[in-house]
Amino acid sequence: MTTVIDVQGVSKQFKIHHERHQSLKERLLHPRSGSTEVFNALSSINLTVGQGETVGIVGQNGSGKSTLLKCICGVLKPTTGEIRLRGSLAALLELGAGFQTELSGRDNVYLYGAMLGFSKKMVDGIFDEVVAFSEIEQFIDTQVKFYSSGMYVRLAFAVAVNVNPDILVVDEVLAVGDERFQAKCVDRIQRFKDEGRTILLVTHNADQVRALCDRAVVLQSGDMIADGPTHESLRIFREHLLEDAVVHDSARLSESIKIDAVSSPTGSFGVRSGSALHLDVSVHSTSAYSGNFVMELFTRGGLLISRNDAQGSPINLVPGHNVVGIDLAQLPLLDGLYDLNVGIVDHRGHTVIAWSEQAATIQVTYDGREAGIVELGATIRQQ
Amino acid sequence: MSDAPSADPQRRSLEDTPVRVVSARATLSARLKNLWSRRELLLGLIASDIRIKYKNSSLGLFWSMISPAFTLGVYFLVFSVFLKNGIPNFVIYLFSGLVVWNMFQSSINTATGVIVDRAALVKKVSFPREILALSNVGASVVYFVVQLFVLAIFVGAVGHAPAWKFIVILPISFLSLYFFTSALAMVMSAVNVYLRDMKHLMEVLLQLWFWLTPVVYSYENSIAPHLAHRGLSFLYFLNPVTLIVVTFQRVFYVNTIVHSTVAPHPIIDVLPTWSFDKFLYLNGVLLAIAILSFFVAEAIFGRLEGNFESEL
Repeated sequence: MTTVIDVQGVSKQFKIHHERHQSLKERLLHPRSGSTEVFNALSSINLTVGQGETVGIVGQNGSGKSTLLKCICGVLKPTTGEIRLRGSLAALLELGAGFQTELSGRDNVYLYGAMLGFSKKMVDGIFDEVVAFSEIEQFIDTQVKFYSSGMYVRLAFAVAVNVNPDILVVDEVLAVGDERFQAKCVDRIQRFKDEGRTILLVTHNADQVRALCDRAVVLQSGDMIADGPTHESLRIFREHLLEDAVVHDSARLSESIKIDAVSSPTGSFGVRSGSALHLDVSVHSTSAYSGNFVMELFTRGGLLISRNDAQGSPINLVPGHNVVGIDLAQLPLLDGLYDLNVGIVDHRGHTVIAWSEQAATIQVTYDGREAGIVELGATIRQQ
Repeated sequence: MSDAPSADPQRRSLEDTPVRVVSARATLSARLKNLWSRRELLLGLIASDIRIKYKNSSLGLFWSMISPAFTLGVYFLVFSVFLKNGIPNFVIYLFSGLVVWNMFQSSINTATGVIVDRAALVKKVSFPREILALSNVGASVVYFVVQLFVLAIFVGAVGHAPAWKFIVILPISFLSLYFFTSALAMVMSAVNVYLRDMKHLMEVLLQLWFWLTPVVYSYENSIAPHLAHRGLSFLYFLNPVTLIVVTFQRVFYVNTIVHSTVAPHPIIDVLPTWSFDKFLYLNGVLLAIAILSFFVAEAIFGRLEGNFESEL
């Protein structure tokens, strides 16, 4: 596999001005004042991405994921280290940032194409595709300033994905347009993937990473703390989120609740489709706590099968050892492995108190005739 | 994936594509190469600059002639009619100098603020940032060409023959103007990110600069005798725009020594009485300096560019 993105020891420091002196008078009057603090946004990141990989970059706000992406795109220059890239790259850092609102949609398509580094001839070749994808045929010669915000981002997205770059870099922009257009975007990215192109995706949405990426990288305060298969990395990400929550919200989380283990009374996580499954979750708490219990079930491919709403089910923990039972009366799942995540949130469902990613893997065996994920058990008869 | 790689025309191996490097410091030659490779973007930005400027005006590009024509008219009234400077065909003298000055001034005035004005773009899209400043210079070049065209027509219409022999120097002079203007525009656009006063300061400086350039008056007729007397003539020519303006005047106005149209001094020295060779030599030197300053400006821009994101 050819390496298309090679990030070698990249660090990025920002100077933060506490008092900005940008006028000449202020600079002359206060030549040395206005303290400047150096902020390490990235510290020695090493990352190689091969051709055809789809890599998700996850991290909390301020973890440096956008900075890394901007360095890769060349919008920012790394303070030290270098990034080697092969092939053309199109970045969706902010949709429509390159648009000139006074110009028509048509002119902007060409200008934006040129900004992404594609020639007029190439844009000529894909122009119709871009217009069709963005669904604004009748307004393409209207000045962009009269566009609705949805039309604006749709056009920008259409340009970036249709210039067919070798590398596509996407920063939290998949939430554009209505649900149908979002599906179209995800679909387009999927096709990109199938064409063997390389995609870097930054998002807060773990489900999107699960659905699109084979590999995920987790950043925390400028350090790369995980790089591996998506579910592994996401597990580490969740764990760190919780650690952080404990640190930042120590007053509320001083109880220190931990999910120790998930066990099955039968000792096995194997179950036949359609039969019942009982799981015991042992939770250790140092004090009494009333919260809610939540669970998620995923396929191995990362597809969410079920998650209860944020409220979950109320539980009252007592100091010491607690056992929470999960009863699945009739598991309607088909053959396969399913990952279970369990967690405890506060009673309003806003703060995660404890979380265990991939707490158990359930193996379902099925010998019926249906294929897919869920057994519908449809009866079909002619009337 | 089941299908063979060759079955998909979209799929290609990137094995052989060249590697691009993003690092803290790019060499000057790498920067220039990158800049050259994005010339299509430069042309696109120039076209959009011009289109936006005249988008909703019914006279469009005509404005790039109308407003200089008014300036020309005002200066003509003041210097030739009211102050009676006695220079015959003063309109041609003025016009040939103003064409150069307008190009210089409008470039610097628009380019100084351009990086700050387009911060949103600078922070989100990757391209050589100096292209923004260069696109402003490029748009001014277009207006310059339009005005030069009008000047040529005007000169022909009044039956005033240009100095044909000197015309070959014009392209050299123009290139000096282009490179020097671009260099200053790039540096100012970058400095303005750190010192926002630069935009206002430049507007003031350009006014002073205008009067240091022999556009509305004749250098030979006013300042030259005083400076030459002390052997300081070179001081005046430290202003690179001067030589360019004088060259344009030499080509279009032609006459170096004229008979005054008003009483006191019957003979006026309007332009330097240099030979063709001296004009060629001086312009050649200026072009070399201008190109050098362009490289230096590119290097300075590269230095300043590194911290744009924390200042914008």
